Amino acid sequence: MSQASTPIQIKPKDYKSDIKPIWCPGCGDFAVLNAITKALAFLELPHEDVALISGIGCSSRIAAYTSVYGFHGLHGRALPLAAGLKAARKDLTVLVAGGDGDGLSIGGNHFIHACRRNMDMTYIIMDNEVYGMTKGQASPTTAPDWGDSKLTPGGSGIRPFQPAGLALTAGASFIARGFTGDPNGLARMLVKAIEHKGFSFVQALSPCPTFRPEQMDWKHHVRAFEEEATADPIIAAQRIQADDGMSTGILFRRNLPFFQPGASAVETDTAGFESEFEL
Amino acid sequence: MTIVHPCDISVAVTGSGGAGAITAGELLLRLAGNNGCFGMMRRSFGPQIRGGEAAALVRISHRPVECMNDSFDLLLALDWRNAERFAGEIQLRPDSLIIADPAAGEIPAAIIDLGVDIIEVPMKALAKEAPGGRPNMVALGLLVHWFGFCDDLASQLIEEVFSLKGESIVSGSRAAFLKGFTEPLIVEAREARQLPEPGEPKHEGDRWQMSGNEGCGLGALRGGIRFAAAYPITPASDLLEWLAPSLEKLGGSLLQAEDELASINMVIGASFGGVPAMTATSGPGLSLMLEGIGLAVAAEIPSVVVDVMRGGPSTGVPTKSEQADLNVAVYGLHGDAPHLVLGALDHADCILTTEWSVRLAEALQTAAIVLTDQNLAQSRVIFPKPEYELPAIPKRLTAEQSNHYQRYRLTDSGISPMAIPGTASTMYVADGLEHCENAKPSSAASDHEAQLEKRWRKIRDFDYGNYWADISGQGQTAIITWGSSTAAVREAADRLRHNGQKVKVIALRLLLPASPEKLAVELHGIKRVLIVEQSHSRQFHHYLRAYYDIDAETRTHARPGPLPIFPGEVVDQIKNWSAT
Repeated sequence: MSQASTPIQIKPKDYKSDIKPIWCPGCGDFAVLNAITKALAFLELPHEDVALISGIGCSSRIAAYTSVYGFHGLHGRALPLAAGLKAARKDLTVLVAGGDGDGLSIGGNHFIHACRRNMDMTYIIMDNEVYGMTKGQASPTTAPDWGDSKLTPGGSGIRPFQPAGLALTAGASFIARGFTGDPNGLARMLVKAIEHKGFSFVQALSPCPTFRPEQMDWKHHVRAFEEEATADPIIAAQRIQADDGMSTGILFRRNLPFFQPGASAVETDTAGFESEFEL
Repeated sequence: MTIVHPCDISVAVTGSGGAGAITAGELLLRLAGNNGCFGMMRRSFGPQIRGGEAAALVRISHRPVECMNDSFDLLLALDWRNAERFAGEIQLRPDSLIIADPAAGEIPAAIIDLGVDIIEVPMKALAKEAPGGRPNMVALGLLVHWFGFCDDLASQLIEEVFSLKGESIVSGSRAAFLKGFTEPLIVEAREARQLPEPGEPKHEGDRWQMSGNEGCGLGALRGGIRFAAAYPITPASDLLEWLAPSLEKLGGSLLQAEDELASINMVIGASFGGVPAMTATSGPGLSLMLEGIGLAVAAEIPSVVVDVMRGGPSTGVPTKSEQADLNVAVYGLHGDAPHLVLGALDHADCILTTEWSVRLAEALQTAAIVLTDQNLAQSRVIFPKPEYELPAIPKRLTAEQSNHYQRYRLTDSGISPMAIPGTASTMYVADGLEHCENAKPSSAASDHEAQLEKRWRKIRDFDYGNYWADISGQGQTAIITWGSSTAAVREAADRLRHNGQKVKVIALRLLLPASPEKLAVELHGIKRVLIVEQSHSRQFHHYLRAYYDIDAETRTHARPGPLPIFPGEVVDQIKNWSAT
């Protein structure tokens, strides 16, 4: 009996590579990896048709831990690399993943423009409110009074911003917040995000047991939004502003035209328009 | 300096921004082509969008010209506002002719002091007599008569160019043109000077007219580029603007980026996806892209960056030219990052060099930086339709389905098959982290050394053939140059040969990897080497010192932009040297 006639169910673990993650025991990022592989298995996406793009940081190592195509590129630059890939290869399912420093500080400009551009891809920020790989410095989502960093003794003194609010203002068409303490819920959220046509942004609250051990308490604070996703940006903005950042669920979802550059070829080579240079 | 060519006239048309000097110059250049001549036009302008100064610098000759002449035979000033800003760029001689409008105010004393001939033509008043016409069309008429070009061809061109603006503009422009063309003062002046007749329009072979930026765009597409990322920057924007619709016709795409950090990473992403990709920028943008270019080198992703050089550092002289990004292109990447650097030598060469760069980047799976400059990029030249044949270069080596695929396998050539997403069973993660053969991150000393050596080997061992340099002439004196300075050096060598002095010209096209053995062969028997470049700190001289052995006695003629290198100054260098 040939293999082709036997339906083989793809399992989440089939999407994992054989590389052992560098993450610390208890790191929330393990759950993000599990959620991604579960979502891919649920959607039965062929490995070769998926690309996971990441930048630099603990969480950005995730690309190498999956068995799809991937790119572990530059610090902060995962989103533009993914935009170039998607522009050139609209047939691929493009996922982008990284941390809060990578995506919101050094990559902050790319984040707002990726939201605005609304290309069909999914971006996951694993938010632990700290730079982990450089041994614990404040990020754009760190509270101003977090005083454990030698770089900013006594706290950064700078208020954090709310990634969901930023995404909304910048024009993202799908905004969700998940929690690594609920990997199945996160996986279901990722399925919806991947299925969404346009730029889908998922903020995954992902505790850092090493530099932010107090985050292990998040499981007692996280709760689901009481309301369903809205398509109204004003309502979404109100919910984001009224919330402490610990409510999870799909916050905003709206069908907007997604951007895909390019057109069908009308010429096969340059000979057709070289006449413009002839005298 | 005696002019070698029998008919070789340089004209500057100046005016304040919006006066139409550039339009008059562009039409004059096209008419030169229509009348069987060759020619070149540079635009000189300030950064202001309106209200600044603009000059069309036009040189028309019976043989191909690629650079400005040392001085101008004729200056036509539509007005004298901001004229002092051009003083350095428009060299006049006592026998130059000035055409000016008496209504435009006093002629600057510096010009009168030269003792030049001055013809005062009331261009503004004449234009008023032709409703819908403008003074710049009167100026065009004067110039077309001066060159002895056919007025019917001019009339046709005016219709072609202005037809979209309506019949009244066409007829007004024609009437204004004729007022200039038949102006008795210009008829008299031409007769008095016994200018050579340009002869009958002739079309021996096809001729093209294009800018260097268009040449790079065309070369890129010929090389297979089907994706471009773009962030606007002078003087590279018009290359990107030419690419945008052209890429679409070929089924490709262009993505406007939020900054140059994004555009280089977009290029890498598209190329990772299997589509040959490029961007174009200028100095400040290149600085921002350097980290990304290093990623393309480390992850072995074919990527092409055209850097249209302008005056630096920082914002520098953004609308004008300099050859001073050589250092950053050659040495700017951190770590040991072997990559390709090429420099286009003239307008037609922008096509060849960019196509070659794309093909090399694809074959060698690395980054290529193509250097041009504002002088090449934004000037327009008429030249014989370019015919060239690049040596056979293999296409990007892609991977077949395989159960034992290793993205960064250590092959003899250093080139390993590159899997394209969508190919089953060859999934891998491209990485800027050092890695082992199977692409897994590794900081092991052995992997680092093996991969560094692989990335160098593939570039070092490739056969680049004869295109590494463009070489002409022979003798015991050689001039080594690169980029847009090549045109002035070639013309200087022509003049020297005309006076009986033998000169060899070596213009380097492939800058990295360097070709020291090939240059050594070319310098065999050479006693004197003059290095010519447009850089205050002698970047090209230092580059040559770093990579090549030059035994001959060596001098350098180096000066900063924004003035292009002129043939006369190169001739003087060689003459003064010979006299010592």
